[in-house]
Amino acid sequence: MGKLIYMDNAATTFVDKRVLDAMTPYLTDRCFNPSSIYDGAQDVHADLDNARATIAKTLNASDREIYFTACGTESDNWAIKGVAHANADKGKHLITSKIEHHAVLHSMAALEKEGYEVTYLDVDENGFVSVDALDKAIRPDTVLVSIMYANNEIGTIEPIKEIAEVCHKHNVYFHVDAVQAYAHLPIDVKELGIDMLSASGHKFNAMKGTGFLYIKKGTKIQNFMDGGAQEFKKRAGTENVAGIIGMAKATEIAHSEMKERMEHETKIRDYMIDRILKEIPYSKLNGDRVKRLSNNLNIGFEFIEGESMLLALNDLGVCASSGSACTSGSLDPSHVLLAIGLPHEKAHGSLRLTVSHETTMDDAKLVCDNLPKIVERLRSMSPLYEDFVKKNK
Amino acid sequence: MAYSEKVKDHYTNPRNVGEIENASGVGTVGNAKCGDIMRMYLDIDDKTHIIKDCKFKTFGCGAAVATSSMATEMVKGKTIEEALKVTNKAVMEALDGLPPIKVHCSLLAEEAIHAALWDYAEKHNIKIEGLKKPVNDIEELEEDEF
Repeated sequence: MGKLIYMDNAATTFVDKRVLDAMTPYLTDRCFNPSSIYDGAQDVHADLDNARATIAKTLNASDREIYFTACGTESDNWAIKGVAHANADKGKHLITSKIEHHAVLHSMAALEKEGYEVTYLDVDENGFVSVDALDKAIRPDTVLVSIMYANNEIGTIEPIKEIAEVCHKHNVYFHVDAVQAYAHLPIDVKELGIDMLSASGHKFNAMKGTGFLYIKKGTKIQNFMDGGAQEFKKRAGTENVAGIIGMAKATEIAHSEMKERMEHETKIRDYMIDRILKEIPYSKLNGDRVKRLSNNLNIGFEFIEGESMLLALNDLGVCASSGSACTSGSLDPSHVLLAIGLPHEKAHGSLRLTVSHETTMDDAKLVCDNLPKIVERLRSMSPLYEDFVKKNK
Repeated sequence: MAYSEKVKDHYTNPRNVGEIENASGVGTVGNAKCGDIMRMYLDIDDKTHIIKDCKFKTFGCGAAVATSSMATEMVKGKTIEEALKVTNKAVMEALDGLPPIKVHCSLLAEEAIHAALWDYAEKHNIKIEGLKKPVNDIEELEEDEF
């Protein structure tokens, strides 16, 4: 096998060398607990404050509004359950969409078991939430709306500002799962009107086990962890110092290089979409063509199944992912692809490629050169394709 | 997901892919909902009841392709009676095992052979001892099998 071609950046990213270098001192000679009193520890505490400020600045938030967590999933759990529990006297109704990440959907399901009611909004064929439908779904007892910034499978970017306006018109909290979007596109929480925002470090070249939740000042939310005074007494536990320092470094780099990265990724993404759709018959782009993450392409190939495509790509050293059941550990294909209206057999045949600023045009070419052969080979052994060809003879 | 070397070999270079013109028996099982569909073609000698040739087409994951491929290898040259003894367990063992969530794929291969044999029996108006009418929807089977 030759060079590894990594096109699964929505799953995780490689830690940037500069991030690793920034982290190392906090794992070695500066390995102090920031709550301790001596100089070295207080210096680390100050560095932690600076990291918080760095992250706050990227969102146009205040330092006090950034709470470090262990991952995007924790941030989602905290935002949803924390607001639901703290505002139960006001109402027990929440609204989300059918294409959210399981961190959101399963948090909602857990609340349903506690007696809360949840409305799951449909999305259209490109994965967009309807702002009008949201407006109609909000009830007097609605306390929270949670909609993702951009979808992790199909890359569709939701109308966040319009959704926020509707939420605020009805005086309802608005949480945004921005795990795929943060540090990949500019986000201004004030301008957009976001009350809470989840992010995950390992999606933007920081290490796994890092994340944060932005909580707008004044938001009524339950504490997530009881214990020490860390995270303004809302999320106790000794800080993952090295991880946080690394995450701040990673977001600093991502924001300073954002424009170039987005342009580079968009160029590669569009090149690949154009070639694949042109060269492979019965293929279709999932998600919106324009309002999509610059690094995401998700294409459905009729008559074949996703995992067998991934295995063939793996033989070429290409890392990719699929919405097929076989890759999800259950018999059902991706809930996102079903929600945008794909029938089961088409949902099984999807391929997600998520590129990065490090993906080269040569990588893109190699994948595009080989994909038609892979699809053709799998179709030649597909009974569904055989039936289709016979029917259209 | 840990696939054995044999499974990898069989999904990378599947044996007996294709169709048989005027096959003695054809069986299709599985459904698109669960993501696996298998079709088996058998060429059977009417006198000796020996399976002279066996080909398949499969829509499915690596395990589904590998079990189809292995199953065709295992029934080829066998009599109908012998082919009935090619169970999902036998196919799985021949592949050095499958990950737990892929066991249903081996079930599908056994079902596909049975469905093709059933088709052969119906066409020739014969009864094959020990062969039950195949279940088309694999999900019906799983409840009992796991």
